[in-house]
Amino acid sequence: MNDCITLAHGSGGRKTNELISELFKKHLGNAYFTADDAAVLPRPEGRIAMSTDGFIVSPWKYPGGNIGRLAVCGTVNDLACMGAKPLYLTCSYVIEEGLPISDLEEIAAAMGETAREAGVYIVAGDTKVAGKGQVDKIFITTAGIGVIEDGVETSGKLAQPGDAIIVTGDVGRHGTAILLARDEYGIEADVTSDCAPLGQAVEKALEVCPEMHVIRDATRGGVGTVLYEITEQANVGIRVNREDIPVAEEVKGVTGLLGLEPLYLACEGRMVMMCPKDKADAVVEALSGCKYTKGAKIIGEVTQDNVGKVVMATEVGGMTYLPQPGNELLPRIC
Amino acid sequence: MSSSELREYLQNYSGPEIRIMEVCGTHTHEIFRQGIRNFLSPKINLISGPGCPVCVTPVGYIDEAIYLALEKNVTITSFGDLVRVPGSNGSLQKARAQGGKVKVVYSPLDAEKYAKDHPEEQVVFLSVGFETTTPSDVIAVKNAIRDGIDNFAILTANKTMPGAYEAMASSTDAYLYPGHVHAITGTKVCEDLKERGVSGVIAGFTGEELLTALAITVRKFSEGEPFFVNAYPRVVTAEGSPAAVALVDKFTQPCDAEWRGIGVIPASGVELREEYAAYDARKKFNIPAQEGVYKTACRCGEVLQGKIKPTDCPLYGKACNPDHPVGACMVSDEGACSAFYMYGGNNL
Repeated sequence: MNDCITLAHGSGGRKTNELISELFKKHLGNAYFTADDAAVLPRPEGRIAMSTDGFIVSPWKYPGGNIGRLAVCGTVNDLACMGAKPLYLTCSYVIEEGLPISDLEEIAAAMGETAREAGVYIVAGDTKVAGKGQVDKIFITTAGIGVIEDGVETSGKLAQPGDAIIVTGDVGRHGTAILLARDEYGIEADVTSDCAPLGQAVEKALEVCPEMHVIRDATRGGVGTVLYEITEQANVGIRVNREDIPVAEEVKGVTGLLGLEPLYLACEGRMVMMCPKDKADAVVEALSGCKYTKGAKIIGEVTQDNVGKVVMATEVGGMTYLPQPGNELLPRIC
Repeated sequence: MSSSELREYLQNYSGPEIRIMEVCGTHTHEIFRQGIRNFLSPKINLISGPGCPVCVTPVGYIDEAIYLALEKNVTITSFGDLVRVPGSNGSLQKARAQGGKVKVVYSPLDAEKYAKDHPEEQVVFLSVGFETTTPSDVIAVKNAIRDGIDNFAILTANKTMPGAYEAMASSTDAYLYPGHVHAITGTKVCEDLKERGVSGVIAGFTGEELLTALAITVRKFSEGEPFFVNAYPRVVTAEGSPAAVALVDKFTQPCDAEWRGIGVIPASGVELREEYAAYDARKKFNIPAQEGVYKTACRCGEVLQGKIKPTDCPLYGKACNPDHPVGACMVSDEGACSAFYMYGGNNL
């Protein structure tokens, strides 16, 4: 195999097959991984959730992950937000001519590893190669399906006044890690992305609280954007205590220097959950037992008043609105 | 006192009514971010004074920058906020859409480096700010001299605080002095002001430091005598930073300066000394005097002087909002109107 991806790798001919058999199959292969035009899968019991997401993050590799891990986590987590157990994924690559094959291998290896960790099968894929400069190194799209157990129904519109609001860990890591990886600010800090598959954590949370109202992935726009979305979708208000919102010291340091609000920085392994208050402690306890949600915390509650607003109780006992989500802080974050 | 004791003290204050003006954009932002205005006793009125460099930058200055970008084909380098500030006829953002080259940088040193790396372009850095930022503007000029480049200049609108303290003294009973400014200048200016009957307290920047400074201000005010207290001693010393002051003094001299919404305050600005004229964009490019036409309905000036609240301006939240700022106070996160808008003002 050549050292770099060439247009021939996307031709559908011998080079494409070489890439599939020597690289993708090695890392992504499983019992359902198909060499045919479509994967044929056993029919799951229950309602099916389906989602798709594109990934164009720059740089493609950053502390705590790469675009391959991100592409699996993104879709797995989207499915989990609907209370679904993620089952199968497809992935489609658009690769820039000239990408070193070793980079692609690193990305595919991360995808395979993350998929196994998340308990999903990558069942079909597609590879296209674009000319130099037509894409930036590699863009990946994944799509996935999962199955929802009877009785589980989550949606942003189901948030109820009185619900407790939980975040599954400290906020703003992914955005900060990407920002630092771009090296535009001359700041050095030890921040790794929070990118992680959360299917198992959601399963545990739903075991103790099948009546969970809302699960939302706090990706682009961060936790702050999720909170505002829910106020609109459910026609409610939200009150959070800033002191209870977990933010890592390193993230606090970087965002403090740059004047950024951690609540608006992207996460790729954090969810916001809303559930009846009497179940909140059990949910936090269940989450605390899972690998990627050990830092889960109750940060506030859904309110009847202040509809459409997110009100913050501040460290010194004041009350403010969380500023509305503004312009895109950082393009190409996921 | 703990945070909650300080809060209670400020909440229950029942002494004489007091106006306290903060003159630092970071203070303004933090006061709103912490929701401090919402629990203060009605006897304590906070005024967000002219402490945000973007807010006090006059229209004519923006017009000068636009002139350079569009008429002289100069690459303008600037902090991001300034790009959105309206001039007489649109902002630098608009000038960029019209083909002007406007580049956002995070430091004047980056601007100088850009000039060095792009010898084919004439580069001008928009040098705004107070005592805290002027040293790095001066270092950019120093670097340009060191690098022997002749395609870099700065357009100065740098300001100094003491003149403003005096000019605004009738608008407030006491200042919350900006900690970072006095980390550079020291405390003598505040001591001198006290002698002339102008009171104030130097404040730090965390919620607790701000509450402490406010509580001291209120207590001292009740005693009835002019006062000065340094409530940020971990950073501010009596002598400040003589090295920074000497550096700025070597390159610049005082000049009269226009403060947006307030007017010209004598000797409240700095400009490059004559021997550095080659790095002074105004002289280098012979920029014609810009009159600067203000939008008449915008009442930023009165907001900065504490005469009205942002919500009293007819444009606030309607024609003027953070997405479409009409006045400079709505542009920066540190601007009074913008902070008021984002954090819910006094509504909570």
